Amino acid sequence: MHLGVSDPMRECEYSQISTRSSTPMESPHKKRIPRRKWQVFPGRNKFYCNGRIMMARQTGVFYLTLVLIVVTSGLFFAFDCPFLASSLSPAIPAVGGVLFLFVLGTLLRTSFSDPGVLPRATPDEAADLERQIDIANGTTSGGFRPPPRTKEVIINGQTVKLKYCFTCKIFRPPRASHCSLCDNCVERFDHHCPWVGNCVGRRNYRFFYMFILSLSFLTIFIFAFVITHVILRSQSMGFLSALKDSPASVLEVVVCFFSVWSIVGLSGFHTYLISSNQTTNEDIKGSWSSKRGKDNYNPYSYGNIFSNCCAALCGPLPPSLINRRGFVQPDTPQPTPPTNGITMYGATQSQSHMCDQDQCIQSTKFVLQAAATPLLQSDPVVMGDEPSLPGRTSLGTACAALPLAQPTPPTSTPSLSCDTDMHPLRGDHVPEAHHHFLTPEEAPSPPGMLPCGSPLGHSHTMPFYNPASQDSLHEDSVRGLVKLSSV
Amino acid sequence: MATEFHNLQELHHSASLATKVFIQRDYSEGTICKFQTKFPAELDSRIERALFEITVKTLNDYYAEAEKIGGQSYLEGCLACATAYVIFLCMETRYEKVLKKISKYIQDQNEKIYAPRGLLITDPIERGMRVIEISVFEDRGSSASSSGSSSTSSSSSGR
Repeated sequence: MHLGVSDPMRECEYSQISTRSSTPMESPHKKRIPRRKWQVFPGRNKFYCNGRIMMARQTGVFYLTLVLIVVTSGLFFAFDCPFLASSLSPAIPAVGGVLFLFVLGTLLRTSFSDPGVLPRATPDEAADLERQIDIANGTTSGGFRPPPRTKEVIINGQTVKLKYCFTCKIFRPPRASHCSLCDNCVERFDHHCPWVGNCVGRRNYRFFYMFILSLSFLTIFIFAFVITHVILRSQSMGFLSALKDSPASVLEVVVCFFSVWSIVGLSGFHTYLISSNQTTNEDIKGSWSSKRGKDNYNPYSYGNIFSNCCAALCGPLPPSLINRRGFVQPDTPQPTPPTNGITMYGATQSQSHMCDQDQCIQSTKFVLQAAATPLLQSDPVVMGDEPSLPGRTSLGTACAALPLAQPTPPTSTPSLSCDTDMHPLRGDHVPEAHHHFLTPEEAPSPPGMLPCGSPLGHSHTMPFYNPASQDSLHEDSVRGLVKLSSV
Repeated sequence: MATEFHNLQELHHSASLATKVFIQRDYSEGTICKFQTKFPAELDSRIERALFEITVKTLNDYYAEAEKIGGQSYLEGCLACATAYVIFLCMETRYEKVLKKISKYIQDQNEKIYAPRGLLITDPIERGMRVIEISVFEDRGSSASSSGSSSTSSSSSGR
């Protein structure tokens, strides 16, 4: 919104680049297009249907799951059901159909819903927390990463440590955990399931459980009835000819046989977890195991299995805290950008110094990636004068841009070595432009990329920049990248 | 009432934001949504302790009502499960209904109690239910409202 439309050449550059992802590039053309919050979401998630659907970044395995279920069930309905319906009962395909639809419904619900992501702290909140932590520690924060911060809380007589999340800048509520794959803190974090392509947390645990439970039933159902079908057929015509008549049955049996063990096992495991009101995370860590100490018990358990089950499955469903489809208000504070400890546009100066060596190295690497990736077709533009920026903020800006761009898949890391001489100057400006240019190559709506763009557009909270210098910064970074790609 | 609401808008424009006070969550009873009722020192001169505590306690009660596990939530859960959770597309959950009530309550409190004192409560849902954010304003000029007399005097002593 603040990027400015005065330069026709710049407009031309933007129109060449922007493909399917819309807003950061279109904002020079249409001012004041209100953006939805999912477009500036700092986590590593993918959003579809204008923010209604939310998934993790890697969804390949989810499609595999979908294909396995649909194909196996489809083969069952096509090849086995006609025989079974006629020789046994038409209720068999009916029950199978209901099960199949239930499985699909719960799978989609698990995969597409918000698992209970905690939004990141606003800059004011983060600053306030930092202040309180410093007071508690009795120190002022140094230039490097301060020691891990924890807060102890007594819950139902059990001491629980709340950890401070450096990425989200919050003290994680009890049972919350930060998913490194999605780069979000999730409430009541169970695990990240690649099979459903999403985290499993407070808001979608019941759907996940229903999914694996119904899938166990479906798998056993198909397995049993395919075997029945083959046996019935082989009674009349012999085993081998029965197999020849319905070849799909072999495939179904194989798939179901291997699935049954894992899925039924998983259902059993989660049934145990639900009845003791634990998460996978807690169980694996042994947080409430009696091995840790005699007085160690689960403070969240309601005492009996029935109450625990009811609470997990029939309890109230909290709404999503991240409000994906809401519009970004220009005057609301933006949540802390995903900078792993760095704020971009100086909400508080105390945070900008947290750009540590780690981030700078990563930023360099990222610039090299950017340089090595051929991006623009436009004529190279001579690099304009680099605006002299306060070193800290420019570095902060560069570093801030990076963790967002880190989700660049490994495929786009060609030769990091070839452009090693490029990094010093360009490192400051290129990354923030680079993520714009990655969008044509990345998946359509990479929200991980966009949030970095938004701070540029929402420069109202920046004490260091005015919009004019912000525009020139952006323009220079565009030019810089063009120059890089032409090398 | 109308003038007080108008003051709320004026507050944004005429007053300058002095500081923000954050009321953190109270996890002593587990993961249910509850806020600490400890009176923050920064509000000492701005609002009476009792009023503040009433606000926070009422909010806590509302959240407890939303998260209550009882007959109605079971019914809702079972019905939703039976319809393969399709029913959530058309029906509003009880939690959402209570959140609307909370939002109205906060607006009401802002108009009646907090804005005349130069304070503004932000709905916790907008902060991910982590904090109750109370913005403390300092009135800049004399244009700030007829009820500004108390807030200007308190802001001058508050700083």
